[in-house]
Amino acid sequence: MTLLIEQLINGLQLGTMLFLMASGLTLVFGVMGLINLAHGSFYMVGAYATALVTATTGSFFIGLVAGLAAAAAVGALVELIVIRRLYHRPHLDQVLATFALILIFSEGTRWLFGSSPLWLNPPALLSGSVTLPGGLRYPIYRLMLIAVGVAVAVGMYFLITRTRLGMRIRAGESDREMIGALGVDIARLYTLVFAMGAALAGLAGALVGALQSVQVGMGEPVLILAFVVIVIGGIGSIKGALYGAILVGVVDTLGRVFLPLFFRQFMSPSEAAGVGSAIAAMLIYILMAVILAFKPKGLFAANE
Amino acid sequence: MNKSDTPTLAPQPGLPAPAASWHDRKGLVQIGLLAVLLLVPLAAYFLGHVYYVNLASRITLVAMAAVGLNLAIGYGGMVSFGHAAYFGLGGYVAGISAYHAFDFTPVIGWPVAIPGSDSMLAIWLAAILLCGLLALVIGAISLRTTGVYFIMITLAFAQMIYYFANSWPTYGGEDGLPIYLRNSLPVIDTNDALTFFLICFGGLVLSLALTSRIMKSRFGAALTMARLNDTRLATAGIAPYPIRLVAFVISAMITGLAGALYADLNGFVSPTMLSWHMSGELMVIVILGGVGRLYGPLAGAILFVMMETLLGGLTEYWQLFLGLVLLFVVLFAKHGVMGWLAGRERHE
Repeated sequence: MTLLIEQLINGLQLGTMLFLMASGLTLVFGVMGLINLAHGSFYMVGAYATALVTATTGSFFIGLVAGLAAAAAVGALVELIVIRRLYHRPHLDQVLATFALILIFSEGTRWLFGSSPLWLNPPALLSGSVTLPGGLRYPIYRLMLIAVGVAVAVGMYFLITRTRLGMRIRAGESDREMIGALGVDIARLYTLVFAMGAALAGLAGALVGALQSVQVGMGEPVLILAFVVIVIGGIGSIKGALYGAILVGVVDTLGRVFLPLFFRQFMSPSEAAGVGSAIAAMLIYILMAVILAFKPKGLFAANE
Repeated sequence: MNKSDTPTLAPQPGLPAPAASWHDRKGLVQIGLLAVLLLVPLAAYFLGHVYYVNLASRITLVAMAAVGLNLAIGYGGMVSFGHAAYFGLGGYVAGISAYHAFDFTPVIGWPVAIPGSDSMLAIWLAAILLCGLLALVIGAISLRTTGVYFIMITLAFAQMIYYFANSWPTYGGEDGLPIYLRNSLPVIDTNDALTFFLICFGGLVLSLALTSRIMKSRFGAALTMARLNDTRLATAGIAPYPIRLVAFVISAMITGLAGALYADLNGFVSPTMLSWHMSGELMVIVILGGVGRLYGPLAGAILFVMMETLLGGLTEYWQLFLGLVLLFVVLFAKHGVMGWLAGRERHE
């Protein structure tokens, strides 16, 4: 029972980090109609900047701010130089150009910082663990990640429904030409939205980087999970990204722990571990296929 | 759908232009590309440089895989970001079959015993059939969606197979599976570099001929219309979905056969062949050459592998330059190498 609760919290934590990635992706698609593979690169940029600044200043929180700022700045720069040429292009061109950006970012980072991972540890303040009701001991840092994810979700809800910028974003989703005609500077709005998405990805990269290692290519597995999330949730829908992220996070985490245990009931332990982990690796894709079989546009299809 | 060739059919708008003839620039470029691909390894072989023969085999197989992908992306308008699944599955068919033939163990013991085989003919057949079957399942689900959804779903399915191969320990998991002895054919010696190159070259020419023939048939016309305007196709009484699905399956079969040969060329198959970088590279090759051009994948493969070999020899970070070239091609040179060499497609 404790194992189940612990894994549920782990799943929730993975889900909130996926939400940080997926909300940026889905926002960029919803507003600009752009599919951006290079989103994982911003995740990597955020983690690298945080690791470097933390190592020099000794403060994780200064590092985190630097990581956010760096990801946002790189995002804005990439939008100004490359991405804005792609808005009116077919999706194939967008995929290829952003694939090219991944190659440039990954190899550029490898060139600058080498192939070996950088170290980034959670701050001492958050490094202990607490006892949850029920006697389960759980790391504070992971709980904080969930709190950050929830705070971002709530913040985005207010940003989009209650602020002028949010109003423009919603207007941009439904009719680009019209808000341009009404005097909103679309080019600036797009740069802002893109940089915001990049900053969220950078935040996720920095926070997860402290749990895992900071290395080249770290953004790619997360990027593909984020794609699964937004396909399940409905591309363009932030609400869909939230539910999709939690669903994917929990299913993936529980599958990896419990499927090998399940197969051990009628198989030898080594076989069960092999079969269980192989099927667990496929589980969220099977989930996606099942959901799409019934709802080809995802659970919360936007722009219908 | 009638798949038979109808030679009297007049060229229609939207159909690709007729294939190679001696009289136009495009025909000359196409024959020139094939001639270079055939003659350079021949010369290298007789001068004793086996390395260049194997390099040419690599170009040929990558080109063949891209010919398959081009049928889906270029002619069918189905932007599949998951063709590594078929390339890798073909590779694993060759690897797993050879593994069991080497061990004298069955591939499957139940419900029917299927023994391993080191016969290329059996492996090719199995690779084509299994890739077709996989594409039928993936395509049937993915083609219910369009646009970005299709791109992401094909990517996700390919990742599913990638992670499966990665975590399934029987066939090496993430370490991959070596093929100790190259699979064999009756009479001829596949271990000879030139002979193997000629087999690959034959495969490429066949897949080009098949694509050309398909696109000149009524089926090809329907596929073109499914890409340009599926409502009009439906109005003409032809459902677009089965047309797309059949094209998707054929596309996967060609890529899968290339994958089986590719594993034999390297004597090794690993999840790398299934990774999304592989899917990306195949797409890059199609785009570099020119989307929807019959010989585009060949031009793209020559350019890609040469860049990889030459830049890779100069710097470890050659993919940085690949990225810059690709970005330039996508942003500023939309018609690819074939557009530059052979002029724009008339009907595009």
